[in-house]
Amino acid sequence: MAKTYRKPEALADQPTHYCPGCTHGVIHRLLAEVIDELGIRGRTVGIAPVGCAVLAYNYFTFDFQEAAHGRAPAMATGIKRVRPDLMVFTYQGDGDLASIGMAEIIHAANRGEKFTTIFVNNTVYGMTGGQMAPTTLPGQRTTTSPGGRNVQDVGMPVKIAELLSALQTPAYITRQTVLKPKYIVRAKKAIKKAFQYQMDGRCFSLVEFVSTCPTNWGKTPVEAIQWAEENMLPYYPLGEFKLPD
Amino acid sequence: MGKILMKGNEAIGEAAIRAGCLNYFAYPITPQSEVAEYLSRRMPEVGGVFLQGESEVAVGYMLFGAAGCGERVFTTSSSPGISLMSEAISYISAAELPVVFVNIVRGGPGLGGILPSQADYFQATKGGGHGDYHLLVMAPASVQEAVEMVMAAFPLAEKYRNPVMILGDGLIGQMMEPVEFSDRLISKPTNKDDWATNGMDTRKRNARNLVKSLFLDAVQLEEHNLALKAKYDRMKQEEVRYETYNIDSDFQALIVSYGTMSRVCKTAIDNMKAEGFETAMIRPQTLFPFPVQPIRQAASKDGCEAVISFELSMGQMVEDVERSVQGKRPVYWHGKAGGEIPTPEEVVDAVKSFVKTK
Repeated sequence: MAKTYRKPEALADQPTHYCPGCTHGVIHRLLAEVIDELGIRGRTVGIAPVGCAVLAYNYFTFDFQEAAHGRAPAMATGIKRVRPDLMVFTYQGDGDLASIGMAEIIHAANRGEKFTTIFVNNTVYGMTGGQMAPTTLPGQRTTTSPGGRNVQDVGMPVKIAELLSALQTPAYITRQTVLKPKYIVRAKKAIKKAFQYQMDGRCFSLVEFVSTCPTNWGKTPVEAIQWAEENMLPYYPLGEFKLPD
Repeated sequence: MGKILMKGNEAIGEAAIRAGCLNYFAYPITPQSEVAEYLSRRMPEVGGVFLQGESEVAVGYMLFGAAGCGERVFTTSSSPGISLMSEAISYISAAELPVVFVNIVRGGPGLGGILPSQADYFQATKGGGHGDYHLLVMAPASVQEAVEMVMAAFPLAEKYRNPVMILGDGLIGQMMEPVEFSDRLISKPTNKDDWATNGMDTRKRNARNLVKSLFLDAVQLEEHNLALKAKYDRMKQEEVRYETYNIDSDFQALIVSYGTMSRVCKTAIDNMKAEGFETAMIRPQTLFPFPVQPIRQAASKDGCEAVISFELSMGQMVEDVERSVQGKRPVYWHGKAGGEIPTPEEVVDAVKSFVKTK
């Protein structure tokens, strides 16, 4: 009997701590598949964030550094500047990247640092218990916006892909999702493209993912996917926002 | 190579290159911006990396990333900048990465001023960031000594896999003095494959490396902290450095002083000696580990009536002097913290005010 579906070599053989219906697992697998296909596992360094993916290094089989909250792009800068031959990516959530780490991501992108950022946007601080993030949708209830996000008080959610694509230097900025199989195929292509640009010595690349948090949204996995499609995709449209010149 | 006249900040930059450190990340701040200006020219000449980060916060993590790959890396900053880097310093200490920090201290707190100060003594020796950690802290008293300490800092940081801080002051950075650079080669560490994230392909063994500071398990975190403590205890055994001055005399007062302040104290000691009044000095060259035993021993000497900590601060090192002396002699503090440096005459008057038998 032929084995047609196997675990990528870059992915560790162990269960994750992620909640049912969370998209981290699928995104991890896509990353591992791309790293395998490009044959770069032996020269890749990942950077784990603070947030739900803080233990991401437990699920991969290559070198990893663990960042402080929001600082992963600065660490990736340090690595890539002193070891340009390494393939470097940061893996960050929306509380991490869009709030406390906004300065680091904007400047790394604007300098054109030659690493890739995987940005997982599920509109809440997941690990700390579902607090409001800069990406929380208008009216969305969280543990720190119990009456729903009041945009008169805290402004509209930040669209990271659009914001970063306003910079001239970055090479590749795209927003994807893994909510449905058809999206997953496209998402993997986007990750591969981003890594390929890095391999070619092009500038900064970022793949944003519209993602779920069933636990903190108080929904079942299926309801969470429906909610993300109905509420997030209109505000956070999928697509390529910036391509290399 | 002969002596050349050089500004402290530039000499510090050159010393790092001579020590084989070709990676520098920094953010401009007075009174040490000349290091970045100098290295922005020099690093490209030697094929090194120069990057001006967007903030000291980011610079701290650029150092983390670079050191995590096993590459020699350093930065320079001044007090408010070191405060911003203190978050990263805690993470760097926890992840046991060799990074060299140079702090050309200015007056504080807050924006304070831009003149020389030693008011970051607590921050450098007792923490600054969160958690149980220590930096190995060295304090130069001349441009030449700053050069030597920078060159010594890299192998020390690598020996302990721990950040090392050179605690200078505005005067050390801004002053021009003759310096000589030794041609000795500083060997690189050979064990980085055991821990650095330098890519699995570059290593013989086929296992990945992790550079991290999170230990969710209480037993593991305890073990981690015990291992760090053992390292700091080993520094206390092996790395204490100090200089004595007039210590063989029948001194009536023992001065403890470091950096720029110690040079003023030396002149004051000479002036008092000429009057027939003997005083001695211990000048800590390492502030952590602190020369506890040498100070205790000297303070216990017959005839020593007072121990005085002279500092460009409102009295920080004096707490370490007190714990060294252990109540065997009265301990006093004298200092200034606005940016002015006490004159030798002021030091003499202070010493005499603390000593009863004249």
